[in-house]
Amino acid sequence: MTMTTSEFVPTGGNDEESQLLTNQEQQWVDKFMDETTLFLGPDPAIMRHHEIMPRSKYEEECIAQGVDPLEIDRIRKRLAGALDEAFEMCESMGAAPGAKWADLSCAVYTAEGDVTYLSNRGVIAFSAVLHHPIRYIMKNWKDEPTVGINEGDGFFHNDSRFGMVHNTDQSMLVPVIRGGIIIAWVGATIHEGENGACEPGGMPSGSESPFDDGLRASPIKIVERGHLRRDLLTFLQHSTRDPKLMLADIKVKMGAVRRIMDTVDRLIDEVGQETFVASLRVTVEDVETEVRRRIGELPDGTVTFNQFVDSTLKENILIKFACKITIKGERMIVDLTGTGPEILNRAINSPLASTKSFMAQAILSYWWPDLPRSTGALSPIEVITEEHSWADAGYDAPVGQSLQASFRGFSALQTAFAKMQFSSPQKYSNVVAPWFNQINDFLWGGTTQNGEQVGNLCADLNGMGGGAKAFRDGEDAVAPLFCAMADIGEQEVMEEEVPFLQLVSKRLVRDNQGFGKFRGGMGYEMIVASRGTPSWGFMTVTSGSKFSSVPGMFGGYGCPVYPLAIVKGINIYDIIQKDPTQFDLSIERVMNEQPFEGGDYQSAHMGLQFDVAKEGELYMIAQGAGGGYGDVLERDPELVVTDLELDRISAQVATNIYGIVWEPETYVVHEQATIELRAQIRRDRIARGKPYHEFVAEFVQEEPPKDLLYYGSWGQDNDEELIATHWGGLEPERVTGKLGELPLIMVPDRRVLKIARLEERVRELEQKYGETVVHKS
Amino acid sequence: MRVPMTEYLFIDLDTERWICRVCAHDFGDARGNYKEGTLVYDRDPREIHPPVIDPEKYEFTFSPDPAFCRILEFYCPTCGTQIEAEYLPPGHPPTVDMLWDIDSLREKWEARGDNPEEVVNYGPGENAVTDLSARFDSVGGHTHGKAGH
Repeated sequence: MTMTTSEFVPTGGNDEESQLLTNQEQQWVDKFMDETTLFLGPDPAIMRHHEIMPRSKYEEECIAQGVDPLEIDRIRKRLAGALDEAFEMCESMGAAPGAKWADLSCAVYTAEGDVTYLSNRGVIAFSAVLHHPIRYIMKNWKDEPTVGINEGDGFFHNDSRFGMVHNTDQSMLVPVIRGGIIIAWVGATIHEGENGACEPGGMPSGSESPFDDGLRASPIKIVERGHLRRDLLTFLQHSTRDPKLMLADIKVKMGAVRRIMDTVDRLIDEVGQETFVASLRVTVEDVETEVRRRIGELPDGTVTFNQFVDSTLKENILIKFACKITIKGERMIVDLTGTGPEILNRAINSPLASTKSFMAQAILSYWWPDLPRSTGALSPIEVITEEHSWADAGYDAPVGQSLQASFRGFSALQTAFAKMQFSSPQKYSNVVAPWFNQINDFLWGGTTQNGEQVGNLCADLNGMGGGAKAFRDGEDAVAPLFCAMADIGEQEVMEEEVPFLQLVSKRLVRDNQGFGKFRGGMGYEMIVASRGTPSWGFMTVTSGSKFSSVPGMFGGYGCPVYPLAIVKGINIYDIIQKDPTQFDLSIERVMNEQPFEGGDYQSAHMGLQFDVAKEGELYMIAQGAGGGYGDVLERDPELVVTDLELDRISAQVATNIYGIVWEPETYVVHEQATIELRAQIRRDRIARGKPYHEFVAEFVQEEPPKDLLYYGSWGQDNDEELIATHWGGLEPERVTGKLGELPLIMVPDRRVLKIARLEERVRELEQKYGETVVHKS
Repeated sequence: MRVPMTEYLFIDLDTERWICRVCAHDFGDARGNYKEGTLVYDRDPREIHPPVIDPEKYEFTFSPDPAFCRILEFYCPTCGTQIEAEYLPPGHPPTVDMLWDIDSLREKWEARGDNPEEVVNYGPGENAVTDLSARFDSVGGHTHGKAGH
């Protein structure tokens, strides 16, 4: 950063007069500082701000020439058409699995980088994050003689420290230049997956330092005056496991951006440069103005929603994501104080910009989906965080699996909004329970049956269960929280390219529901096994195996938790070949009956680092469910028996939770018996429930249970005071204090801890049986 | 004037009290925490989310771990309606999830001039049109209609 001023500035010392710099001297200092900056890293002046830029002088001049709302609307629609067309180009031609399933976005930006309009499909979170790299490029490369910005140039980046949803995504940002002036930008960004991280697929759960996160591309000029730079391309290809993917999708993005540029060129020819610039700027401002107005429609007050995440993806902990949202008139303040500290050798931390991008995702797809997808949507909302919390990670924290924190930024806003908007007579979206928010999916990597090195993920990521609406059940496996119209892909097509089969795919798991008056959408199970490959492995990158990831709404229950189930030491293909009846696979049957002789049956949490999968070994997970809405005793009994008949719920759930009595043969509801059972359940509730203050006196403890590895505030009365678990040696110790007072938090290798426990046990047994053994170190 | 604040809670702007939309139970000062007027139960989460795989054989089963996660169920003391279900670590204070500015709420509704029970819905779309009036005003207690589907 360079300090600039047009005034005399004191530089310290006793004699201030003698230390003042003239304007000329200050300019020399500034120039010297600019020319000798050691490293142009992520710039806090850019990265900590999500607000739209003030109008530039040129934008002022353009707007001063007059703005016709109808013409702006027409320009916007033309741009939307071009962006959707470019989106489809990426989707149909992209090599990345993510591209084929809509995990991408195309956009038009103002000259200073504010997103004016995003493609209608795709990942909305990009609307609140891609202004960062453009501002970086404008600040550092525009006047840099060795770089510069010229017509036909294209910039690439992937590192979320410079502004990206996460490090799997790769951009192509291209300036629109007229008369030597940059008047806008267009861009395409795709979730490419593989990025050379310590594990294949680009989202390493095993990352323990920022250098394990993979490619660290700051904004670089990969396309120079229309030509792809082969030297830089080769570097990028060499830095990842899938050079073909890198080349193919850079070209796809160049083509998509060219298509947007064609429309932009025609539009400017038709309406004039000034009108075009004015329309981009006015759109961003209009969205911001409308967001303020809509905040003003909400009731003043504070809604608090805390989340507890149960995994570092290597071990089970409990780390808090705190959120208080306060509305006062047209101001909204989102305060994450109380959120746990960053963990410096675990992958779950998120840069602030990435966390905020998912707040924009909630706003533009679940609060006000009718608004243009613009940086203006998050701009007027104040966000308070503490740097070096896990939702606002510092430069030295690994962020390879940043979605663990940033998705919680989404859930914080999406969940709280049901309470914020419920009483508002003017709504722009339905009242809905929490959407599922985890990446219940297989990542994979290795050598394919075609001899190629690959690393990526299954499209089942996109099969998240929807939250129940206030008037209907949530939809099963409907869409990921980050992309309303994503696809879960054609498994058979994938199997032509990757050496594993989904032996079970899209089969719903009984009781995998958020129960309620209306239940959440259900998730399905996936069973995979590698086949025909010299080397292959799977990973999973999910928390929520001990603590439910999403709750319900207004009395409804949340989702269950999700295990990883593995059977090692078998070859399912040989087993099925010998006895085809064994193809009756489900997590429940395989794990409970253990039907395959010699198999090693394991359950674990869903943070699996790259695990070598021998041919025919089974890996089994389930996609997650959305939260339920309302009291379970208000669920229509016919809906309950329908779910029962379809084996979506167990008899135990129908009876004990929903309070239904039915005829087992015919699934006919016994109405009177059901009324009586439900009345009894209500009486039971009243009998066992304790008055609030009495309950609090018994339940609430001064601090978390001793053995819980806890991080974050405890309660909400003093969110600045955090609790953390610190390892000075092998034994954890609990520490408390403000974030800045806590020691650096690192978690020891669980295998080291396990060895220590085993050695301790060996010593105990040696003592017990009087055996003397010399342990050499 | 009663404003539907959640599926089961009104704020009565005349009395400034939280009240149950089902049975009119008074939960307390509308400027405070409605939970203080509820009955609470500490539910073992395994009772709600049953295991799919055998807990005798495996640590991770689809059931939350009660050492990590509890479900606090908040009931209306009169009608037994479950108003909230909060997932919390054992011993963590229940969250004060909503605090409203009653003066501002009153000002907004007086400026509108219409009845909140009649104009508040679940959002856009004909399926979201619902009746959020007091159920206790209808004869026979739990005789409200099914919403929407």
